[in-house]
Amino acid sequence: MAAETVGSIPLPRKRERSELMAQRLRAVRWFLLPMMIALAVVAGWPLLRSIWFSFTDAKLNSLYSAEWIGFGNYLRWQTLSTGAIRWRGVLVDPDWWNAVWNTVRFALTSVFFEALLGMLVALVLNAEFKGRGLVRAAILIPWAIPTIVSAKMWSWMLNDQFGIINDLLLKLHLISEKIAWTASPDTSMLAVLVVDIWKTTPFMALLILAGLQVIPKDIYEAAKVDGVHPVKVFFRVTLPLVRPALMVAIIFRLLDAMRIFDLIYVLTPNSKATKTMSVISQENLFQFDNFAEGSAQSTLLFLIIAIFTTLYIWLGRVNFDGGRE
Amino acid sequence: MQIKALVAGLLAGVSIAAAANAADLSIVLGDTGSGLQFLQSQVDRYMAANPEDKVTIVPMPSSTTDQFGQYRLWLAAGNTDIDVYTTDVIWAPQLADQFVDLTDAMKDIVGDYFPAIIESQTANGKLVALPSFTDAPALFYRKDLLEKYNKPVPTTWDEMAATAKEIMDGERAAGNADMWGFVFQGNAYEGLTCDALEWVKSSGGGQIIEADGTISINNPKAAAAIERAKGWVGTISPPGVLTYQEEEARGVWQLGNAVFMRNWPYAYGLGGADDSPIKGKFDVTTLPAATADDHSAATLGGWNLAVSKYSKNPDAAIRLVRFLSSADEQKRRAIEQTNLPTRIATYDDPDVAAAAPIIPRWKEVFQNAVPRPSAPAGSKYNEVSSLFWTAVHETMSGNGSAADNLAGLEADLTDLMAK
Repeated sequence: MAAETVGSIPLPRKRERSELMAQRLRAVRWFLLPMMIALAVVAGWPLLRSIWFSFTDAKLNSLYSAEWIGFGNYLRWQTLSTGAIRWRGVLVDPDWWNAVWNTVRFALTSVFFEALLGMLVALVLNAEFKGRGLVRAAILIPWAIPTIVSAKMWSWMLNDQFGIINDLLLKLHLISEKIAWTASPDTSMLAVLVVDIWKTTPFMALLILAGLQVIPKDIYEAAKVDGVHPVKVFFRVTLPLVRPALMVAIIFRLLDAMRIFDLIYVLTPNSKATKTMSVISQENLFQFDNFAEGSAQSTLLFLIIAIFTTLYIWLGRVNFDGGRE
Repeated sequence: MQIKALVAGLLAGVSIAAAANAADLSIVLGDTGSGLQFLQSQVDRYMAANPEDKVTIVPMPSSTTDQFGQYRLWLAAGNTDIDVYTTDVIWAPQLADQFVDLTDAMKDIVGDYFPAIIESQTANGKLVALPSFTDAPALFYRKDLLEKYNKPVPTTWDEMAATAKEIMDGERAAGNADMWGFVFQGNAYEGLTCDALEWVKSSGGGQIIEADGTISINNPKAAAAIERAKGWVGTISPPGVLTYQEEEARGVWQLGNAVFMRNWPYAYGLGGADDSPIKGKFDVTTLPAATADDHSAATLGGWNLAVSKYSKNPDAAIRLVRFLSSADEQKRRAIEQTNLPTRIATYDDPDVAAAAPIIPRWKEVFQNAVPRPSAPAGSKYNEVSSLFWTAVHETMSGNGSAADNLAGLEADLTDLMAK
């Protein structure tokens, strides 16, 4: 953090570090302290506590008398009377792996389309036209509506009998009979994806737009003077220069998509075709009497997100300084 | 000057809160139809009679599954904000530890209630909640359409399906393209457990887990019952029925777009309201059975009032619960909401019989209603129910046959109950 804040000023070389600089760095630590404490309280402590619960036999009604049982919630075995060994626990639970697969599928598909559409929207908004400010504000509306509200709204729009979507498609003769979008296992994931893409494309567009606006105009002017085709300009100039911002936007969305809960909980509750890791762990934590297993699933969710993020940063060489080496 | 005014205002606010604190009550309710407005009218009457108390209603979603998750979280956290919980009939064994024992507070009135209902709300000798109303579903049918097509009221599921199909096809040919034969609760939630239990039980397939703890669900009669229901989806029932809860089913029905509906009696009053397109065009009967030799089955429902152990005003909360379940209020509830009373005497009230003829007729139905296996399953009930509704929902949405899914369910239930 300290290095970043002074990133634009030439940093003094190490051996030249003055007493003043050292003093500044100490001050920085003090300024950071309150935030670190706040983070530890609201993020660190609950995280550690969940991890701890995942190694206990905790029940929701007896959280304070939970006892340590080791890895049993993740993997344990029983020897049956016949001598055969049976594996139990979250790691061998097919429902859990179904949820993992649903989550990964959802996250990759939604983020791919959001990045694509977000880029298109950002390019349009980056152009000069009349009423641009108004359009920029309007496009943010889906992002600004609380997910619960927009999900409920969509669930009515997607309703098979009185939903406006079926009505429109029928009137346009695109479908011949009403489709139960959120009921059928074939279309429920599609419905969830469409709503999520609708909702978060504006967020993506905004982050990409910020990246587009720092690209110096003279590069475009030079390209224009040289008569370069606009498509080539996009791939050779715009895309490489906006890439750092795009990569950061994608990682934010990916983290968000991996822990998707609210949208699915409202739109397709309890459907196996869309149940994600967060949904299944909520179910075990609060609906069923399986607080410890739910904690184990939450811990695994945390680990999986951590692995994805690390891989992404490593493979994509994302630089959080906004591209400045 | 400004700061002084601000401080004065804050102090005034604090002192008002402190004065009212003696009996500031909150009650949570997740209900269907006009249940919330009705509770508000009850609370207004209560506050008029007890001006020292101030009652706030905290509305919740109507899905019992959603409510349970939230309540459980609040109760586990020792939440003091909610004093009175509206609880489903199946929750008593699962939440017993978190509610005040009402045995002493209600001992003068429990004799007025049906003993079986009091029994369902008693866990380990502790009266967990006071019954507010009971529930047993009905087969709603369009008497105008049955007359038009000259059909008797069906008594078996297959007869119902055949009648539904004929009328649906006839009405569609006559111009109503949105007409369907039968709507029910097919979403994967507690409601599907109720519906499917009725199909299974009325086919002689047992009640999932019997009272003695035997897991009975994996049998050919149960599988046949679920396969039969699967056959309705897309033929007499809209494919979207697999996402319907009570209100979605009532939506289709009350627009006049269904011949039959399986729902709770609350839909009777709403369907007969002045703004209802089907007012005067429908009646109710008991749910069908598989054959003439089988017996109709109705899942026992019902809602109760429990006082949180963490309430700061348990005495006032008990006063509110007693009021809401009093003879007068149950009578009003029966007339305005067509909810079945839990007090024996209310069934013989002539005003109730005149305003809601379904109620005296339903006395016998709910007395013979089938309980969900909440007693043998104990604290594992929700997981049992979820495994059951998942197996049924999977079958109905085309993932595996009923026989396979029920065999899997039996294995899962055996594991779960042995855990």
